[in-house]
Amino acid sequence: MLIISCPWCGERPEIEFVYGGEAHIARPADPSALSDQEWADFLYNRTNPKGTHAERWRHIHGCGRFFNAVRDTVSDFFVATYKPGEPRPDLSQDDAK
Amino acid sequence: MSDLLFPLTALAATASDLPAARLSALPPATRLVFRGRESAVGPAGIAFGAELPRQACRFKRSGDRLAAWLGPDEWLLIAEDADPAALIAEIEPAVFGLPHALVDVSSRSLGIALEGPRAAYVLNQGCPLDLSEAAFPVGMVTRTVFGKAEIVLLRETPERFRLDVWRSFAPYVWGLLEEARRELA
Ligand SMILES: [Zn+2]
Repeated sequence: MLIISCPWCGERPEIEFVYGGEAHIARPADPSALSDQEWADFLYNRTNPKGTHAERWRHIHGCGRFFNAVRDTVSDFFVATYKPGEPRPDLSQDDAK
Repeated sequence: MSDLLFPLTALAATASDLPAARLSALPPATRLVFRGRESAVGPAGIAFGAELPRQACRFKRSGDRLAAWLGPDEWLLIAEDADPAALIAEIEPAVFGLPHALVDVSSRSLGIALEGPRAAYVLNQGCPLDLSEAAFPVGMVTRTVFGKAEIVLLRETPERFRLDVWRSFAPYVWGLLEEARRELA
């Protein structure tokens, strides 16, 4: 079973977690100023990378909290997890595979 | 007692007596969920009678009062003696004006105790956590899963666990625990 490290609870089995979509997507401050295309980008269009991806997870059958994770979409390897509000960690030095 | 209010009564009456992992239904208790900002956490613990632990996944017990960390701003308070309304009336004045929520969830779940040298082994039939004492020491509590049900799991002694199970899932969890114990007969 895949082990995911909750920033509060530590290493836990993946079945305690749910996926919450791409991370670091901020709601536009003034939606009415956006074009339809810009609004559609905010609502629906995601980066969908092949490789490392910053995404939200929730430790739903644990502490219940949302947090962010950087996961490799090729290998399913969790490179890092961090609390909401914290910046995406710079992993350029790491061997992320 | 009706099966609807106490769905474990009939099951507990026919539970096989296996000292390796003894299963018992715990008596009804008052349960409150406390959620609040840092300023309210200390006073709530003093008024409740057991400190609300700041450390993740730990519980503190004082007499028959137990405060369990469930999340960074969320605690489960269990009191075996007190009436829910009376307990809320004790705590609310201490946190008046401080951001918090205190909710009576006494009827939401039922308590199950599992005790014996094979208790951790039996739990691992449905719970994927590492239940060695190094990874899950005495004094640890967490929400987790058992089979398809969510439970709150506490380790009270090296060989005694307490499960808090949502009421409608309790017969299912009980049945799975019985199934897991069968090989110990
Ligand atoms: Zn957690």
